[in-house]
Formats: sequence, C-alpha cells, structure tokens
Amino acid sequence: MHGVFLACGLLTIGFVLLITVYLVVSGIPAIHRIGFFKFMFGTKWASTAAEPSFGILPFILTSIYGTAGAMLLGIPLGFFTAVYISKFAPKAVRNVLMGAVELLAGIPSVVYGLVGMLVIVPGIRTVFGLPDGASLLAAIIVLSIMVLPSIVKVSVNALDAVPREYEDASLALGANEVETAFRVAVPAARSGIAASVVMGVGRAIGEAMAVMMVSGNVANMPLLSKGGLFESVRFLTTAVASEMAYSAGLQRQALFSIALVLYLFILLVNAILNSILKKGGGK
Amino acid sequence: MKRSAYTKVLKTAMFASVALVAVLVVAFVFYVLAIGVPNISWNLLSTKPSYLSGNIGILPDILNTVYMIVTTLVVVLPFGVAAAVYLTEYAKNKRVVNAIEYAAETLSGVPSIVYGLVGMLFFCQFLGMKTSLLAGSLTLVIMNLPTVMRTTQESLKTVPQSYREGAFGLGAGKWRVIRTVVLPSCVDGIVTSCILSCGRILGESAALLFTAGFAHSLNGYFKALHNAGATLTIALYFYAKDQGEFEVAYAIAAILLVLALIINLAANLAGRRLRERRK
Repeated sequence: MHGVFLACGLLTIGFVLLITVYLVVSGIPAIHRIGFFKFMFGTKWASTAAEPSFGILPFILTSIYGTAGAMLLGIPLGFFTAVYISKFAPKAVRNVLMGAVELLAGIPSVVYGLVGMLVIVPGIRTVFGLPDGASLLAAIIVLSIMVLPSIVKVSVNALDAVPREYEDASLALGANEVETAFRVAVPAARSGIAASVVMGVGRAIGEAMAVMMVSGNVANMPLLSKGGLFESVRFLTTAVASEMAYSAGLQRQALFSIALVLYLFILLVNAILNSILKKGGGK
Repeated sequence: MKRSAYTKVLKTAMFASVALVAVLVVAFVFYVLAIGVPNISWNLLSTKPSYLSGNIGILPDILNTVYMIVTTLVVVLPFGVAAAVYLTEYAKNKRVVNAIEYAAETLSGVPSIVYGLVGMLFFCQFLGMKTSLLAGSLTLVIMNLPTVMRTTQESLKTVPQSYREGAFGLGAGKWRVIRTVVLPSCVDGIVTSCILSCGRILGESAALLFTAGFAHSLNGYFKALHNAGATLTIALYFYAKDQGEFEVAYAIAAILLVLALIINLAANLAGRRLRERRK
C-alpha cells in the first residue's frame, strides 16, 4: 500500500511539473519567433492586424498598475480592519465581521464582475464625465474589494498569534490600548501581515473574469501621466482569455507565451511569500 | 497631547475602515439579492434556453454545475486523502514532504486562467477529450487537490498517537490501522475539505471557459460528461457580457450568492467541530 500512497503524494509535484512543462513548451516558440525583447517590451499588441505586432508591455504594465492600485486601496482598509477585529472587537462583532470577510472570499468572481460592470463602470462614467467607464480604475476598485479577504484573514491570524504577555507588558508600562496594538502587536505580527499582502498581490495578478468584465479589454498602453487610469486596458490574464476562442497560428502561440509570463510572475510572488514566512518562523 | 492625537487618528482610521468594509459587504449582498431575487422564476429554473421562442432557462447550467461538483469531488477525494495519509502516516523523508508541500502551495497560487489553458492543452487536446464537462472537472481536480490534501492533513494530525499505538499493539498492520482507526476519526476533516472544494468549484469560471465550454444543452449525467456545458458562473458571464441579458445574470448572481452563503455557514460549522475536537 505504501507505493499507492506515495504515488498520490507525488501527484501534486507531478501536476506542478505538468503545468510548468506545458507552459514552457507551448510558450517558448512564439517568444523565440517574435524575439524576447520585442515580445516583452514591445508596446504594441495587434495580433489580428495585416502586419501583426506582438508586444505585451501594455499587458504587463496594466497588471502591475492594476495590482498596485488595488493594494493601495486594499492594504490600509484591510490592515486597519484586521487590527480592529483582532484587538478591539467584542466577540460577537468579531464573529460577524469575520463571517462577512469569509463571504467576500466565497463570492464568485463573475458576480464581482457583474456588479462592477453595472454599478462601478456607469458610476465612473457619470462621476468623471467619460464616454465609457470601463477602465483601469474600475478594475482597481473591483480588485481592491477582492483582495480584502486575503489581507484581513491572514493578518488577523498573525495578530491573534502575538503572545498576550507582550501586550500586557506594554499596558503595564502605561501605553494605552491603541498604542499597544499598533506599536507592539503589529510589529510582532509583521511577517504575517506582509504575507497577507503578498497573498493579496497573487490574487490580484491572477484574477481574470472580474477584470475582463470591467476593464474594457482594449490593448492600450496604460500611461498614467495621460489619464491612463480612465483608459480601457487589458491585463495579462484577460489577454489570454479574450483571444483564445478565435486564435490561430502565431497569435495562439503568443497567448501561451503570455500565460507563461503570468505563471513566472506568480512563481515569483510565491517565492517571496515563502521567504517571508520562513523568516517569520513559519507562522 | 501628541499621544492623544496619535491614538485618535489611529482609532478613527480603524473605525472608518471597519465601517467601510461592513457597509460594502452589506450593500453588495443586498444589492445583488434585491435585483436578482425578483428575476428568479420557476420558468427560469426549470427550462432550457431556446432561440426559437426566445426563452431563457438555466436548468442545463444548474445541472452542469451539479455534475461538475460531483465528478470533481469523486475524483479528487481519494487522491487528496491518500496524499494526506502519505504525508502524515508514511512519509519519513523530510525532503520529500517539503517538496510535496511546496508543490501544493504553488498549485494553490496558480491563477485559474492558467489552469484553464493547461487543462485545454492536456485534457482537451492531448488526451482527446475535446471541450467537455469531464475535461473541466479534471482541470478542477488539479485545482482542488491542494485544498483537500491540506484540510485532511490538518485533521489527520489531530488523531491522537495513542489510537495508532493501541491498534499496532493489538497486532494490526499499517494499512489496517489507517483503514479502521485513522481514517474514521478524521471524517470531519474530509467533510470540511468537500465543502471548501464545493465553494471553489461553484465559483470557478476562468478555468472552465476553455475546458468545459459554454453550451446550454440539457443532458443526462453520462452524456453531459462528454459534451460541452456551461456552469452557472460561465452562464452568468455570457448572459451579462455577450447577450446583455442583465436580469438573467442578476438572477444567477443571486443564486450563486445564496449558495456561497450556505457553503460558508456549512464550512464554519464543520470547522468549529474540528477545532473543538482539537482541544
């Protein structure tokens, strides 16, 4: 029986290899044919034009800006909420809030996409007087809500794990509860809080359906200095999803290459997450 | 003075954040339910869509979702539980354990669109399953394996060592101990992992777009497995994005939201039982 169990245990490793091999094998040819620099740093994506151009810098930048924007909104919101839940909330309030956060995590991303499409996008259009509200900003708002559960849940766990004695000592020295929470508990839980942020980043980079529904999906270069926040953009994830159905030839291969780039980003995020957790004593 | 200002600012930031999150969740849920629920009708739930009569029904999508959940769980459970058993009961080599756990972590971070792509290449094309519910389910098996393995592993760790020693002392072999002593006492962990996986399968969309496809035909279980079929999430996406049928989309969203709520409550209950036993 030992062998059977071993085989099942090794299955996860097998799957990781399967994904890696498939992405590398199907992703490399297009990069090779287009040229690495032209592919990664080309600013124009026109896959179906008479003279096609395959530069994915717009997608990379959109993914980075979108994730950064979502974190800019999501981190403060999630961080303060987590500190309140862990250190100040009465038990009943805590349960209700944690339940709400869990629910946010369980809502399918297409539902976020739908609400974003019919509430946030028209909202942006009216508030800023634009012809169309489907934009980078809409995607950032939707993503910032979607990353909240990761940030709050993992931060609360980390804050809960801070030994009570630390806080007692701080209180005994005359610090009030707020000072104790932010100057003693938060620094003590910093690796867990950092991990929560990295997990949020992973979730934001990998999200496809919700951003596809609100970001307009045009392969524009997101130029922040020229009002790029309000432009219709395409993410790495949505670039793969939106053309796959009708793609062929080099275009299809290029889509696999985009997936490979996305996968490498995620591996990088995972490696960062692991090194943070290792430093923090595996909490 | 400076101290009290510091305290006040942070307190305000905290209450503002909590209030915003609470309002956000409540507003979101009520908004979706308020628009979606009135659009749910018996006709919507019990028919299939027809271009001829212009009728829209989501029965095929509901069935596909159920088929998808059942198929995925049936395949993933034995593998996930066996992997967990290996890690807690058999594995002696620390490096193998670390490698498996690292792989599981990597798998749980992979974006679902990447799963969809690899699923399409491997199951649909390489194994020749075409775009079908079966290919979609198998893709979801890969996605859910880490969840099942992790949850079962946590629960296996809570089985007291003395149970195993007692059984070994009576002369039972390793496999017999696992079958009769270890597994029965971690059923709640396996149930929890089932509930968590249900939630993920129900909410998954990007991984299914190119593996399970988006047909709305009404099929029996075995026929459906070999045909393309949309789950509720995919149906929502297409009704909203391609066809502009927002009422239908909201109705599906409301159904998904209620199911997500139920699954959350169930997972909480199961999780609480697990924690109580650990104490």
